[in-house]
Amino acid sequence: MEKIKRGLKSFGLPRIIILLFFVFLCVMAIVRDLNFPSLLSNVIARMPMDGVLVLAMVPGILCGIGLNFGVSIGIIAGLLGMTISMEMGATGLVGFAVAILISTVFSSLFGYGYGAALNRMKGSEMTVSTYVGFSVVALMCMGWALLPFKNNNMVYAMGAGLRPTIALDGYYNKILDDFGVFTVGGITIPTGSILFLLGMCFLVWLFLRSKTGIAMRAAGQNPLFAEASGISVNKMRIVGTVLSTVIGGIGIIVYSQSYGFMQLYNAPRMMAFSAIAAVLIGGASANKASISNVLLGVFLFQGILVLGLPVVNDVFQVQNLSEIMRIIITNGIIIYALTRVKGGTSRG
Amino acid sequence: MSEYVLEMLNISKEYSGNQVLKDVTIRVKPGEIHALLGENGAGKSTLMNILFGMPVISSTGGFGGRVLIDGEESKITSPNDAIHAGIGMVHQEFMLIPGFTVTENIKLNREIGRPNLASRVFGKSMEILDFEAMAKDAEAALRKVGMDIDAYTMVAGLPVGHMQFIEIAREVDKKGIKLLVFDEPTAVLTEQEAATLIKAMKELAASGIAILFITHRLDEVINAADQITILRDGTQVADLAVADATVPKLAELMIGREMDRSELGDPRDLTQEPVVLSVKNLTVDMPGETVKGVNLEVHKGEIFGIGGLAGQGKLGIPNGIMGMYPAEGTVSFEGEAIELNNTKEALHRGLAFVSEDRRGVGLLLEESIEDNIVFSAMQSKGEYLHRFGPFSLKNTGKIRRHAQEMIKLLDIRCTGPGQYTGRLSGGNQQKVCVAKAITLGPKLLFVSEPTRGIDIGAKKLVLDFLSRLNREEGVTVVMVSSELVELKSICDRIAIICEGKVEAIMKPTDSDVDFGLAMSGYQMKEKGGAEGGEN
Repeated sequence: MEKIKRGLKSFGLPRIIILLFFVFLCVMAIVRDLNFPSLLSNVIARMPMDGVLVLAMVPGILCGIGLNFGVSIGIIAGLLGMTISMEMGATGLVGFAVAILISTVFSSLFGYGYGAALNRMKGSEMTVSTYVGFSVVALMCMGWALLPFKNNNMVYAMGAGLRPTIALDGYYNKILDDFGVFTVGGITIPTGSILFLLGMCFLVWLFLRSKTGIAMRAAGQNPLFAEASGISVNKMRIVGTVLSTVIGGIGIIVYSQSYGFMQLYNAPRMMAFSAIAAVLIGGASANKASISNVLLGVFLFQGILVLGLPVVNDVFQVQNLSEIMRIIITNGIIIYALTRVKGGTSRG
Repeated sequence: MSEYVLEMLNISKEYSGNQVLKDVTIRVKPGEIHALLGENGAGKSTLMNILFGMPVISSTGGFGGRVLIDGEESKITSPNDAIHAGIGMVHQEFMLIPGFTVTENIKLNREIGRPNLASRVFGKSMEILDFEAMAKDAEAALRKVGMDIDAYTMVAGLPVGHMQFIEIAREVDKKGIKLLVFDEPTAVLTEQEAATLIKAMKELAASGIAILFITHRLDEVINAADQITILRDGTQVADLAVADATVPKLAELMIGREMDRSELGDPRDLTQEPVVLSVKNLTVDMPGETVKGVNLEVHKGEIFGIGGLAGQGKLGIPNGIMGMYPAEGTVSFEGEAIELNNTKEALHRGLAFVSEDRRGVGLLLEESIEDNIVFSAMQSKGEYLHRFGPFSLKNTGKIRRHAQEMIKLLDIRCTGPGQYTGRLSGGNQQKVCVAKAITLGPKLLFVSEPTRGIDIGAKKLVLDFLSRLNREEGVTVVMVSSELVELKSICDRIAIICEGKVEAIMKPTDSDVDFGLAMSGYQMKEKGGAEGGEN
């Protein structure tokens, strides 16, 4: 009994509530005679789709910059990677790989600059990163319209500027989702995407056990401790920021291939928020996170959104209520997590 | 009306089994300057916390004994009650608002207001401030403490000494003040300012206010106090009138403890051995522990002690050499200069440091014991890793084995090497810190306050371990401690730091009187008495 109590305590009350809510939604879906297997397939498809973006939060949190609201920078790099690879005419797995490669080059560069900037603003990283994220998205709204892309699949028919939504058909639409896909009892399992997410998680897990990874975690947890062992805290924060940005870039590419479209202009603006809400639901805080937080969080968060939408629409015949609920859940979770943040992580 | 304004009778206090005050009795008469003397950790602050009803006391189980004010049982349960009871405190650290004028600071929260229409409707907080009346009060209070500055000056930018006087003026300005506690008020003052302050204290006392004067400057005690209480390790060792006191006598009473060197034998004279660490003109900008030009030489194989009172700069020395705080000067190790402000280099050269701030600097509280122990060695020497070209992975097997060895060696009481260090007791945390430092395989080990806040059993274990490390592995140890007894029990030579400089280098066998005098900076003044003769 004592053990169960302690287990529940470490699992955390918020997660228990959300888990109960999720179970409640499942029951409601069945009671209301909605197509439960199809809904569940949807949840399972969305897990790896959003999972990598959520994973991008982990290095940021661990290196001490807190919740990386500026992951939109990585998302922009990912979108650049995809548009450039399409412009080059790369398709299929090659196209996907080229997109990731180009994205990584951009996100490393952006991430470095962003990390260096955050080092000058210790203590208020989360506020700064939110606005940096917004500004970069706004700036790129001009970029998308002005960059000299020529591919007819991407630009407006009149010939200048990228379209807001670009279909990936014929390039790498569902390239991961359809790899080894199979169906059991009406539930579709996107094997490739799941493996990709688990692979990424494994790589991050390995990194966190490497010399640099351990130093980075120490720098985030206790900067003075890290300095006393001769570690440059600023450098480690940049490492974490770069990593978070790079994973964010890969995350949007995985997201887009699953979705089938890439979305430019204002679409990336609020993406950081869902990723942050997911990792927080999974049990992370502004200074502590693990791979299991990512996996649990993305499952619960997507589960509630995917199931909640039809259930709510079925129960209350109000238009757009599900969208309202999504916003309430996402931002509510973020507010809850921010109230738990203890002080700044900076030395002063 | 009672004869005494304050009586604290048979006060006892323990913090989780650790007796910090035992049967202490203090009686203060109106108009008396009562000095409270003692080393760091003697129990002075705890006694004051009890007097002011600080929450830390009640939340740790209250205290034993009685506190009487004007002969009546005190009902003080918060610092606010203390103010109402007419007890004021002049803090060691200034509690002033830099952007406010002197007047505003003195009258803060006790402003004089002029009623107007709004205030009649909405209450007192709407009154307009009567700056003239406030300035008049402030000036009167400042004059009382012997201070002549314009009451409209901004506090920011004033010399430290002035701030101290403003702080005092604020207490004096409070109506019905009966007892003022001065917590080491002269620590930050120049000699001239200190003399003015003592004069002001005497005037205040003459006006009937009782003063409780906490200090460690012995000459000031003799100079100012009427009655002296000395605490040592939480017990009251003396309560005497100033007429019966001399500086050497006070020094001896303050420190006088037995040291036990029976296991180690007499201190060794290793000054013929080569110098391993040479420090020239070291200045370190560590807040509260500034080092202002220290010269030292540590010989190979020595256990070298650095002692002195808190705030004098002894802690700044290892912190500066290890690059934790900005330092200047020349430090050479084994004949070669060490680049300062570069922790990595210091670690590479074979120096290691056990910080005095265990929880803040020494440990990752949310990581396991084993990860803490190997952290520095892993980061600075690349040990305990599997290597794959440019990639590395921690070697969990090796880390586990090493941690288990250390747990056994240092007798770390834990549920296993995977336990988080944040859950350990202070003593066991300290052992983890020591284990972390020696995992580096250092040639010279700095340990800073190794026994602060840990129980007696762990104290002995840590000290024994340090001397064994020195004798068996040949590691040179530099130990910084506020506890003189500890230094005397294991060191070969002891440097006493006073006001950021080396006051004296002494032998552990020197008398307590000499140590006490050196710690109070008395020796220097006596030898070079020409400069500040007026004391």
